[in-house]
Amino acid sequence: MSEEKAKGLNRRDVIKGLATLPVAGVFAYSWYQKQKIDRMLKNAISDEVNLETEQMAFSSKPNNSQQIRLGIIGAGGRGRSLLKAAGFAEPRFIDDWKWQASQKKTDKRYEEYMQQEDLNLVLNGICDIYEGNAEKALKAGANQYRNGVDGKMGAEPKRYRTYQELLAADDIDAVIIATPDHWHGTITIAAAKAGKHVYCEKPMTWTIPETYEVRKVVKENNIVFQLGHQNRQTESHYKAKQAYEKGLLGKVNLIEVTTNRNSPGGAWQYHIPEDAGPQNIDWNQFIGPAPWHDFSLERFFRWRCWWDYSTGLSGDLFTHEYDAMNQILSLGIPEAAIASGGVYFYKDGRTVPDVLQMTFEYPARDLSLLYSASLSSNKRRGKLIMGHDAYMEVGGNLKLYVDSGSTKYKDKIKEGIIDPKLPLYSFTPGMKQVDAITSPTEQYFAGRGLLYTYRGGKRVDTSHLHIKEWVDCIRSGKQPSCDIDQGFEEAMTAHMGTVSYHENRKVFWDATKEEIV
Amino acid sequence: MRYSNTQLFWLVGLRVIIGWHFLYEGLVKLINPNWSSVGFLLDSDGPLGDFFQSLATYPDLLHWIDLLNIWGLIAIGAGLMLGFLSRMALVAGIVLLSTYYLSHPPFIGLKYAMPTEGSYLLVNKILIETIALVVLLLFPTSHRIGIDRFIFTEKEA
Repeated sequence: MSEEKAKGLNRRDVIKGLATLPVAGVFAYSWYQKQKIDRMLKNAISDEVNLETEQMAFSSKPNNSQQIRLGIIGAGGRGRSLLKAAGFAEPRFIDDWKWQASQKKTDKRYEEYMQQEDLNLVLNGICDIYEGNAEKALKAGANQYRNGVDGKMGAEPKRYRTYQELLAADDIDAVIIATPDHWHGTITIAAAKAGKHVYCEKPMTWTIPETYEVRKVVKENNIVFQLGHQNRQTESHYKAKQAYEKGLLGKVNLIEVTTNRNSPGGAWQYHIPEDAGPQNIDWNQFIGPAPWHDFSLERFFRWRCWWDYSTGLSGDLFTHEYDAMNQILSLGIPEAAIASGGVYFYKDGRTVPDVLQMTFEYPARDLSLLYSASLSSNKRRGKLIMGHDAYMEVGGNLKLYVDSGSTKYKDKIKEGIIDPKLPLYSFTPGMKQVDAITSPTEQYFAGRGLLYTYRGGKRVDTSHLHIKEWVDCIRSGKQPSCDIDQGFEEAMTAHMGTVSYHENRKVFWDATKEEIV
Repeated sequence: MRYSNTQLFWLVGLRVIIGWHFLYEGLVKLINPNWSSVGFLLDSDGPLGDFFQSLATYPDLLHWIDLLNIWGLIAIGAGLMLGFLSRMALVAGIVLLSTYYLSHPPFIGLKYAMPTEGSYLLVNKILIETIALVVLLLFPTSHRIGIDRFIFTEKEA
């Protein structure tokens, strides 16, 4: 005994020292069993899903190509954020983002902007009919070095008083059009005729006749046209398209898209600058193709509230939803549309409705597209593509759930391999890699917007990617994702809804004559 | 410190099941290529919320935080389960759990995106597990039942 003690080890010691080892054995066995079941379930699902698992790379090419000379027509809020996306942010914003980042480390706007790819553009011309907008845009245009107010600036772009003068300039190759809706078509036509490439904000047109003209002129003049639906760059939409095309959803009969907002700004009651008035707004030019109305600050700054300048919910917000669905399902123009709604909350003199329902019929595809909007409720409803076998919720991320009544997945549901309560497939941009099953916690975070959208490890602005695609196409001669044909479909579909609303009747699309009847 | 057999049995039992929990939490993170602490850190709140959120903003640091979490959980778990370097494992476990608690303290008025499976007022399961580790630190067992018996024989003699 004493000898054994001297060695420091006896049988009792060994037993006691390793007494918990069997627990480790139980752990290892349980782990093995759990992994086996998980792997079996996962393989069974992966066989079903079979989607590409790689994420979109950031297609950054060195800009040794020729510099493209830009002009912008309409440099209000949206116009200036497009300038930022093109690489021309106002110096005051740079200072502000920098300050915000110093206050809160998670505020990445400064870093994100500084990392935004240089597209090798120069902004040579600005046209805006309100001095306040023009001044801000001139400063943005001069800020090619991405500095704050006290930093080094380049030459200011030239200020044009009319779009015709800007389009006549020799030192402009391409224009961004971000005017109110009633000018989109007219200016796009003039720009195409002048041989300038066009990036036009949505919706493509304000009236039906100009829609044909825009398409004709853009095609005749061989310009590169991109409609401003930046959703075309959203990764989850590509994944949704793949899932749909692989038939994971089964037969899709109903799509539901929505708009929900609940704030004065969301309902287009924008701020009216104190210094604004007839002395610094070219009112006659604002009116343009619209019916005459005496000068009104409200109408100038909140033009989206009046049919005289706006396309209402259908053109302004439904088009975002429609274009996403057209991107995913290649819907095209519907055969019929019916709309209803009214001015129910914002009784501020506006003529466009703040509540709108529209149904678009695609009998050849056996499906209906339903749109429902309210500007006085924030209830988030998202985009739902409903198939017999599964449904998809599409947003920044993507979730695909099997339907409990599915025929295709019936056996797997029965065997317990597929649980209709859990997503069969989910995709969260920015995750290290895509997998058929991700944890509920990750999905929860993603759903709450706590994870950012990345491309190639960098957080990027979709508008920047959309402008980049346009610019790349100008250089390569290819067609961008939201080209003139997609734009034509978008405009006509939105117009069908609007005509139905105005005329209080069901309207139809005559595909042979290409007419709304 | 002398324990009765029953006391020793339950103290070792507590050590082993906490070890099990740590080990499993570490291993599931290890085999999930998508796992990252970024969501948890960004969801932080309370007096140290800004600090924990700021950790998530440095990709290089985040990489180390992820590795430290995964291997820390595994090492602590195995240590507690087998009674190997238990003292070190207990201290590390207390530190790690404290950061989890402090980043998501269930204080009155704070809300998290992180789903929880129970209802908590100041005290949550992380705090209970932390205190259980403190108790185990004060009532050591690994020098009797555990690999530490082979390492620290002289001390207990």
